[in-house]
Amino acid sequence: MSTDRDAAAFDLDGAWELDSRVSIRPERFGALLYHFGTRRLSFLKSRTMLAAVQALTDHPSARAACAQAGVAQAELPRYRAALAALAASDMIHPRSV
Amino acid sequence: MPLVDEFQFGLDAPICLTWELTYACNLSCVHCLSSSGRRDPRELSTAECKALIDEFERMQVFYVNIGGGEPTVRPDFWELVDYATEHHVGVKFSTNGIKITEDVAKRLAGSDYVDVQISLDGATEEVNDHVRGPGSYRTAVRAMENLSAAGFGNFKISVVVTRQNAGQLDDFKAIADRYGAQLRLTRLRPSGRGADVWDELHPTAQQQRELYEWLVEYGENVLTGDSFFHLAGYGDGGLPGLNLCGAGRVVCLVDPVGDVYACPFAIHDTFLAGNIRGEGGFTGVWRESELFAELRSPQSGGACTSCSAFDACRGGCMAAKFFTGLPLDGPDPECVRGHGERALAGVAAGSAPKPSLDHSHRTRKREPVPVTIGMRRPPDRACDENPLAGFAPGPGR
Repeated sequence: MSTDRDAAAFDLDGAWELDSRVSIRPERFGALLYHFGTRRLSFLKSRTMLAAVQALTDHPSARAACAQAGVAQAELPRYRAALAALAASDMIHPRSV
Repeated sequence: MPLVDEFQFGLDAPICLTWELTYACNLSCVHCLSSSGRRDPRELSTAECKALIDEFERMQVFYVNIGGGEPTVRPDFWELVDYATEHHVGVKFSTNGIKITEDVAKRLAGSDYVDVQISLDGATEEVNDHVRGPGSYRTAVRAMENLSAAGFGNFKISVVVTRQNAGQLDDFKAIADRYGAQLRLTRLRPSGRGADVWDELHPTAQQQRELYEWLVEYGENVLTGDSFFHLAGYGDGGLPGLNLCGAGRVVCLVDPVGDVYACPFAIHDTFLAGNIRGEGGFTGVWRESELFAELRSPQSGGACTSCSAFDACRGGCMAAKFFTGLPLDGPDPECVRGHGERALAGVAAGSAPKPSLDHSHRTRKREPVPVTIGMRRPPDRACDENPLAGFAPGPGR
């Protein structure tokens, strides 16, 4: 489970990518994620969050990926917390650039 | 909208799909929910199975729970497992362990995409073999030893909780820890041959309460497949999981002949949504069947809606109600408030629906308990073939 502290520790300016063992399936409410290594299921609760996660690999930072997905500045803390939760469950990890 | 409510309206593809590959089985477990034993001549061919896997890949079904029968007795079993994982469909298969040799265990340990679930219904040979048959405990232990020795971390040990093993939860946990495995507990359903023994095997009210407390304490590390959501009616919100009946909404069953049912515990025409051999294939059944559309629409809770526990348990398990002869909009037979027990008292003996299919071995040496729902069990006799003859009933009986 993510906490506020995890969220604050999440590096929005770092480069991130989806783990290669994670599969994403878009759904009406957002998306389902499944990690074949940990065999854990997770959820993205909006299409915007899905766009942000899908943009991670092609952007220099998580902040840039969120901007690309159309996340407004005021919403950024909420998205940062969601990304922190994904990092905590190994769904995404830092990408070396 | 809360995620659970989104799930009620169904998904583009199931999260978790059970695929029973064959009705053939080397065992004759008394509670088999698919009444397995003999192969059905109409079972899907290798080519049909592969085409279905292609469809799962297109739908992005992340993984399938393969069962049976005993799936590993199909000669093309390993071929199908390899085909699925090559096509990005993960496989978790349930087995009694019969084919899990040292070599097989080594092969399995090498893949991220295959998970194994060994069925064990007693922490001791005596308790297990009464339900699963002579020799089945030793078969399971040998399989667990082989998996553990091969370095297969975190395989699953799957236990159906019964009146006879409900007192062994700590022992099951110890067995799982010994083999580096994870414990999975599921609910006994009155489905298939399970209907014949449900009266004798289902946990007592007292045992249910203890099970609930055990799950709240250890539940984060124990899998349940969300199968005890009727216990959420105890009401302190401590039960891990979504606690939702996923039938036709997030789960379904494909049986060995390609029939698609709302859930693995509902093999009956009432819950038959279609067949994958039909024109639209599995995708058409999942997205367009009338039965699934109905299950995804708001459900009437009937008499249960006035109960304060309804928001938590949502009336319990559809299959459990159906096969015990209770109305689908009434209480679960194991309702934690005791409403199910009172409702069961009004069900006429022999009136509960029977499963639509029976592939049981014709020459079983051990017959299931010869009672039907609503009748008291016959007295033990020296020659009693009842597999539970002489069994000490659990506390609270």
